[in-house]
Order: sequence, then C-alpha cells, then structure tokens
Amino acid sequence: MNVKEKPTWKELPLAAVIPEPGTSAAYRTGDWKTLQPVVDKKACIKCATCYTFCPEAAYEEDEYGYFNPNYDYCKGCGICSVECPSMCIQMVEEASE
Amino acid sequence: MEVSLAIAEAARQADVDVVSAYPITPQTHIVERLAQMVADGDLKASFITVESEHTAMSAAIGASMPGARVFTSTSSQGLALMNEIVFLAASMRVPVVMALANRSLSGPISIWNDHSDIMSVRDVGWVSLFANNGQEAYDLTLMAFRIGEDPRVMLPVMISFDGFILTHMIEPIYIFDDAEIEGFIPPYNPQFKADPKTPMTFGPVGVPEIYTEAHKQQDAALRGSREVIDEVFADFEKRFGRRYNAVETYMTDDADVVLLSQGSVFETTQLSVDELRKEGKKVGAVELRMWRPFPFADLQAALKNAKVVVVLDRAVSFGGQAGPLMSEVRSALYPMKDAPPVIGGIAGLAGRDIMMEHYREFFDMGYRYLETGKEPEVITIVGLRQ
Amino acid sequence: MIEIRFHGRGGQGAVTSAEILAQAAIDGGAFAAAFPSFGSERRGAPLQAFTRIDDKQIKLRTGIYEPDIVMVLDPTLIESQNVASGLKKDGLIVLNTKKDPEFWAEKLGVRRVCAVGATTIAMEELGVPITNVIMLGALLKADELVNPEFVEKRIEARFPRIAQKEIRAFKRAVTEAKVIG
Repeated sequence: MNVKEKPTWKELPLAAVIPEPGTSAAYRTGDWKTLQPVVDKKACIKCATCYTFCPEAAYEEDEYGYFNPNYDYCKGCGICSVECPSMCIQMVEEASE
Repeated sequence: MEVSLAIAEAARQADVDVVSAYPITPQTHIVERLAQMVADGDLKASFITVESEHTAMSAAIGASMPGARVFTSTSSQGLALMNEIVFLAASMRVPVVMALANRSLSGPISIWNDHSDIMSVRDVGWVSLFANNGQEAYDLTLMAFRIGEDPRVMLPVMISFDGFILTHMIEPIYIFDDAEIEGFIPPYNPQFKADPKTPMTFGPVGVPEIYTEAHKQQDAALRGSREVIDEVFADFEKRFGRRYNAVETYMTDDADVVLLSQGSVFETTQLSVDELRKEGKKVGAVELRMWRPFPFADLQAALKNAKVVVVLDRAVSFGGQAGPLMSEVRSALYPMKDAPPVIGGIAGLAGRDIMMEHYREFFDMGYRYLETGKEPEVITIVGLRQ
Repeated sequence: MIEIRFHGRGGQGAVTSAEILAQAAIDGGAFAAAFPSFGSERRGAPLQAFTRIDDKQIKLRTGIYEPDIVMVLDPTLIESQNVASGLKKDGLIVLNTKKDPEFWAEKLGVRRVCAVGATTIAMEELGVPITNVIMLGALLKADELVNPEFVEKRIEARFPRIAQKEIRAFKRAVTEAKVIG
C-alpha cells in the first residue's frame, strides 16, 4: 500500500472514523485464494452449514435453495468443505489460469 | 456542603444523559448521590450499574458515541483497571467527563490521597485539570463538559481533586441556581453519531498507514484545546466572577524560592508563604493547574524571576527523577534562556499529612541549594522516618 | 480560627458532629471546614474528626494537632487516647462522662472542662448510645461558637424522622452540662 496516497492528518476524519457504511464490499478478497470450494449439488441437502460457518459471509442462497460461494469474496479457507455434513464441497485449484 | 455532593450537583446541572461508574473509595459519595438523583427523578439520566471500572469506561464511550452527555468518576485502582479504555476514550474522541478523586495506587494497600493515580495516566490524551478546593471542583466539573464537547476539542476531560482531603470535606461552596448557569454549556452535537440509520465504523483498526496521522490529529486536538479552555475560563469569569488560570501564582513577582505543587496543597503552601514572608524571606508558590495540555509558556513566565524552583511531588517515579511533576517542570524550563534550577522532593504519600513544618522544609531545601549549589539527594522524601 | 478535634468511636457520630457544627457555622455566615480522619471507618474503632471555623477562607488542610477545643464522645476514650494532646493553653475539653468536670480537670491537667452524661441522655431520649448532637449541646453551653438555632436547623435536616427527639436531647445537654473554668 502506498502511504502517500492516504489522507493527511488534517484530512483524516475525526478519530479515523469511517463514515461510509459497507466500505468492505469494495474490497474484493477473492483473489487471496489458492483453492476454491465447488459444491456438488447432487449431494447437497441445503442445510446451510456452509453459509453459517463461512467467516467471510461469502455464501449466498439461490432461488432453488442451494448455497453458492461468491468467488469475489471467498478467500479459499476451506472451512465450508470441512464442516459440510454431506461432504459435498471440494476444494479445487482455481480454474482461472 | 460536602465537595463530593457539589460535584454530583455539577453533573446534574450539566444535565448528563448517562452516568456510568463503579463505586470506589474515596469517590463513592459522588456516584452514590447521582444514583439517588436518578432514582428520585431529579436527574433524567440512565445510571448504568457496571461490574468493573473497565466496563464503566467502555459503557461511557459507547454511550457518548450516539451523542449522550456522559459523566463518570473513579479513583486509584479503579483508574488502573480502566486504563486500557481510558486511552480509547481519547483516541475515539468522546468528550466523557471524569471526576478523579486522587488516591494512591497500591501497594501497600492504601485508600488514602496522593497523586500516583493521575500520574499513571499522564499520556492518555485527556484534558487534565486540577481543582484545589470544593468550589473549584464544582466549577471545573461544569466547565469540563463545555471544554470537552467543543467541536474544536472533542476530547475527554478529567478533573483531579484530592481524595478525602476534598471528597470528604464539608466547606462553603456556592452552588448556582439552575437558571443562573442556563446556556453556559451548549447542547452536545457530535459530528459523527453512532446511529443504526446511518451506519459507520468507529474505532477502526489503525493500520500503519493511518495510525501516525490519527495520533498527530489527536495531539493537535489536545494542544488546540488550550485556546478553548482559555475561552471557557474567560467566559466563566465574565459570567460568575471567578478567575481560573493554567498556572496559578502566589507572591511570585519578587520571590527567590518558589514552591510548585498541584491540587489542594497549593492553598496550604500559600499559608506557608505568608509565614515565611513575615520572617522577611522572599518566597512564592505556583500551581500547575493545567496538566494537559501542558502550559509551557505560562509556566516559564511564572517562574522566570525565581532563583530556584522547588517542586513538591505527591507521587514517586521509582528509579527516575524525584517525581513525575518535578521531571516535567524541569524539562519544560530547559529550553529557557537563564532557566532557574529545578529541584524537588516528595511528600504526602498515601494520606501522610503534610504539616506546616514540612512546607517550611521544602522552602529550606531551596535556600540550601542557593547557598551550596548542591542538589538534594535523589530521592528526598519530606517527613520520612530515617 | 477555632480548631476543634472530635474523638469518638465509629458509629457514635463524631463525623456527623463535626459536619453539623461546620454547616451551622457556614449557615451563620462564617467559613468552616469539617473532615474525618480519613481512616477506613469501622464501627467501634477509635477515630477522629475535625472542624475549623474562621471569618476568612480556610486554606489550612492539615490535620489538627493543637486544637482550641477537644470533644470526646466516648467515656472510654478519655484515658486511652491521650485526648488532651496538643490542647492549647486555656483550651476547652468537652467530655461524655458521669464524673464531675473537676475530677477530669485535675486528672487531665486542663482548666476548662465541660462534662455531660451524654450516653445517659442518649439512651433516655433516643434509645441508642449515639451522642453526637448531645455533645454539640454541651459544647455550645461552654462556648457559644455558633448560634444554637442554626445547629437545630441542621439537626432537623440531617435527621428528618427523629428531629424532635434529637433536638430534645440537644437541649437537655445544654441544660445538664456542667462547665468549669
């Protein structure tokens, strides 16, 4: 990060408050991952365990009741894969290459 | 009126919204009275009963963020326990007002008065003022809200006043009619309010790219508070006739030996000055009322004619210079051309009475230095059994 | 400046006595200060309390070592605590005792003594051995430092539920106290 691009002490909001809500949405952490979760929907029982455990709140429910990872924010930690009771989430190498 | 009750009265007249405090001797009477006022409906405020001082300060900050006017009070171990959060109050820029009934830090276990508690929080970033008697404790508590909440300041303020010697003292205190002080403290209206309708992030992580600037900003605010404090002191004098100064002086114009102290002992040092003046000795007394922001120029001006400055410390700086006050005063005068020498001693630890002969011993210390040029032993404790 | 030192035991009201006296003096237009000996208060333990009265602002904040007046609220303290310590020449000592003032004058080597059976009055009037306002009555008989009316007003404010009993006890002490010197 470039220190010089940040606000000066006079520009910094009082007490370093961040007055805008939801600024973390602009911070896409999806490129941190090496492995990414892939959900096998045939085995998925829609129990929402992945959704509950995901520390990044990266899982989103779709119109059919399945939970899908949002790769823009998923950091690839693999917790969902470990916690899934039907073992339907595999961590695989990213396809982007 | 008991001084503690006058401070509670000041908080009521400031119309505080939240009192968040944990009882500790010798501060107890203040919050006890405030709890009574809330229970009786004389003060429309939330009294938050907490399980520790750490929580008391946490709740005070939390209450201040949405825009509540908050009062708290503590002493000694209570201040030590809330220490972590005391820093946060300043860096989060919440203008909480705290009445600090000065008491020694244990151990050996002590409930009595000295200044070790306030000296332990020298660098927390609060505005820090000393009251020397009950009237001042009351007046300064009222002024503290206006100082801290000023948009140019936005910092917490602590008023130090000696435990027992003042907290438990009954003496004449003029309490304003509510109408008399109407308008003296404007409504509190912070720039950023914690409100679910407009979510924002308070107390964020200060990454290395931000922390430095945040600290500079905080220091500028504390230094800048001086202007506001002077304005408030001036307005208080205009309205009510009592004058407060960053540095108080007594018979210093022609004084060779000046005794410098803080808190209630300053009044008694004046009696000692009177005694010695009758004997023809040119002595004076100075009080550093404003501890933070430190009034460098005022202090230098007050001491410029002295041949020697003797500092009476009410706390020990273990292994360091005699005491924290002496250390600060000495370094504050260092840049002066022809700065007077500063020596010092310690007295009145943990409620040990400082008697008239002890004040005289401090002045003698100054005269001995002028004769011999030799500094007193580090550390010199007046009244110590040898 | 008049300096008064109170000797009592925790729970007898020495601190309250010192406070009421100072408040009454302030009500009468004087400057006054009252403070306890700053110990950790325990019922039954010996303690001291202090009052100063002056016609100008009181800046002296030390303890009182050379009092003008000593008040002893508990008979057992008279001999155990060296209560006359530092008492000024021609100082007054006010004792809760059944003995005559002459007895204590000789024993303590003090000229001005005021004696009152405060515990007896307290038991008869209040039903509890709390002698604070009674001792103030005895003091004012020996030396009218403050107007007794101001003291009575302060007693009323302090003990709203038993004010009449307290004032009766206070007045009895004014009548019954024996003063010499």
